[in-house]
Amino acid sequence: MVKNKITLFVITLVFALLPLFTRAKAVHNAIILLLIFATLGEAWNLITGFAGQTSFGHAAFFGIGAYTSAVMFYRYGVTPWLGMILGGLIASAVAAVMSYPCFRLKGHYFAIATLAVAEIIKQVFVSWSYVEGATGISIPIIPRSSGFLTRLFYLQFTDKLPWVYICLVLFTGVIFLCSFIENSKMGYYLKAIRESHEVAEAIGINPANYKLYAMIISAFISALCGSIYAQYILYIDPFMMFSLDISMKIVLLTVLGGIGSVYGPIIGAAIFIPLSEFTRIRLGGSGTGIDLMIYGLLIVLITCFQPKGVIGIAGRIAEKFGRKPTGGEGGVETVS
Amino acid sequence: MVIGQIIANGILMGFIYALVAVGLTLTWGVMDIINFAHGEFLMISMYTAFWMFSLFALDPLAALPVCIAIIFVLGIITYSGIIKRVINAPGLTALLATFGFSMFLKNLAQYLWTPNYRYINDAFVSGKSISLGGIVIGMPQVVAAAASIILTIVIMAFMDRTRTGKAIQATALNKNTALLMGINTEKMYAITFGLSGACVGAAGALMATFFPIYPASGALYSVIAFVIVALGGFGNIKGALFGGLIIGLTEALGGFFLGTQFKYALVFLIYLVVIQVRPKGLFGW
Repeated sequence: MVKNKITLFVITLVFALLPLFTRAKAVHNAIILLLIFATLGEAWNLITGFAGQTSFGHAAFFGIGAYTSAVMFYRYGVTPWLGMILGGLIASAVAAVMSYPCFRLKGHYFAIATLAVAEIIKQVFVSWSYVEGATGISIPIIPRSSGFLTRLFYLQFTDKLPWVYICLVLFTGVIFLCSFIENSKMGYYLKAIRESHEVAEAIGINPANYKLYAMIISAFISALCGSIYAQYILYIDPFMMFSLDISMKIVLLTVLGGIGSVYGPIIGAAIFIPLSEFTRIRLGGSGTGIDLMIYGLLIVLITCFQPKGVIGIAGRIAEKFGRKPTGGEGGVETVS
Repeated sequence: MVIGQIIANGILMGFIYALVAVGLTLTWGVMDIINFAHGEFLMISMYTAFWMFSLFALDPLAALPVCIAIIFVLGIITYSGIIKRVINAPGLTALLATFGFSMFLKNLAQYLWTPNYRYINDAFVSGKSISLGGIVIGMPQVVAAAASIILTIVIMAFMDRTRTGKAIQATALNKNTALLMGINTEKMYAITFGLSGACVGAAGALMATFFPIYPASGALYSVIAFVIVALGGFGNIKGALFGGLIIGLTEALGGFFLGTQFKYALVFLIYLVVIQVRPKGLFGW
């Protein structure tokens, strides 16, 4: 456990120092997105990697978080810090409500149900005038002359560096939380549920309750990421925030990084976010879609020629730190 | 009379959805692979119909076999190029490969043919309609629905009556046992993927006569097809047919009573409701 903590601490330190070596905005931007998506991956990993319930609808929680803080600020001038917590609570409530009907379903049926929930929420937001419907919300900009504390209070910065550290604080909190959960009683319960629902039930675990806890925590974290993302890019609309692409991006980087391990989402995000940013910067902007074309092709090539490659590399890194990758592939068996 | 009109529209649309879903349920049921590129196959087929029409003045109905053939081949290429390599990889990897492929196809279409909407305005069936006791239905929809029914029946007959169809079903039940019985399971998988493509290829050519054609035109239908397949039960062709009809009707009636902006929300809601009663779909077991 101590070694585990040291590894996580080193990872945090690397991300804390990395942005200081360069002033390139593109690099800072990539690190910010990397941290946000790694955190989302950790959240998704809790419910899918540990508990074995494949969710294709995490964009719902991400979007709810983004919308709550944005609407609170846009309509009432409430600080995004408060909006963020509120967003987390609303997302958790939605997760609790949707879990009741969804957790009765198994495998793909559950996955499609989560996708359906996300699509329903998207459709509601598209035609809800209180949240500006399909037009989306441009978050009002605070005056240029504002001091650092005001900027921190309203979460708007002229520079990208503060964002790196805000995302890093969230990321660090979440990886330590997930590592704690993984090694706690709850973590073992969740893995037991993943391996066999019936056996878990037979030895006295209540699967419904533990899956619900995992879902609520996962939704809360995803919503925090959504709030931060919205404040960072300052514009949100339902098609962007609730899109299947966001849900799939989370699945992508966690699965290819190593599902069911705290390191997986970090490794996945460290590979895929810079890759997508690189193709976007190099080839995007022309509106021809060639950047996403190449990104899609790279995903196909990675999955085809190294189906276990990235996970394998993750395993080797973990071994170097004297640790076996726990449940590296187990979680994926659950989709049947 | 208005209600009759709406129900007629819903049923016709339902049959077309069903054809898209039949294609998806084949690969899903036989190989347990969610093909995220299914909607993009549909889009490519719509573009094929469009180019056949604008370059060779070939009517979409005449181009139907061409579309079927092209997407059939695309399906086989997808299988042998991508799916074969990932089918034994852990869980969600295969799904991600198809997701990457869908991203590639969608943006390839955008790169080659721009994101502009294109239409086939003066096809043979365009602008015609039939009137039945006060209910007016567009000819493109009638032809598309009729062709969808015929093709769905053909696929069902193929699966139940022919040796190849039975071999595919055996492969779906148990791959290893099928292999021991002398079935070339690799070939069955390839045929299944091709058939899946053929269904969606036909649907694309039929839909091209009354839907706009653009790179993202397949995306919405693929999400709806996921829901239809899950609603009917994975791998169940009859389920896909009834699921398609339910979704088509829900969409039409919901659009009328609640407003068109809520019709898709209702489509997804109906899935969540039905799945409570039948957790493995209408015809699943």
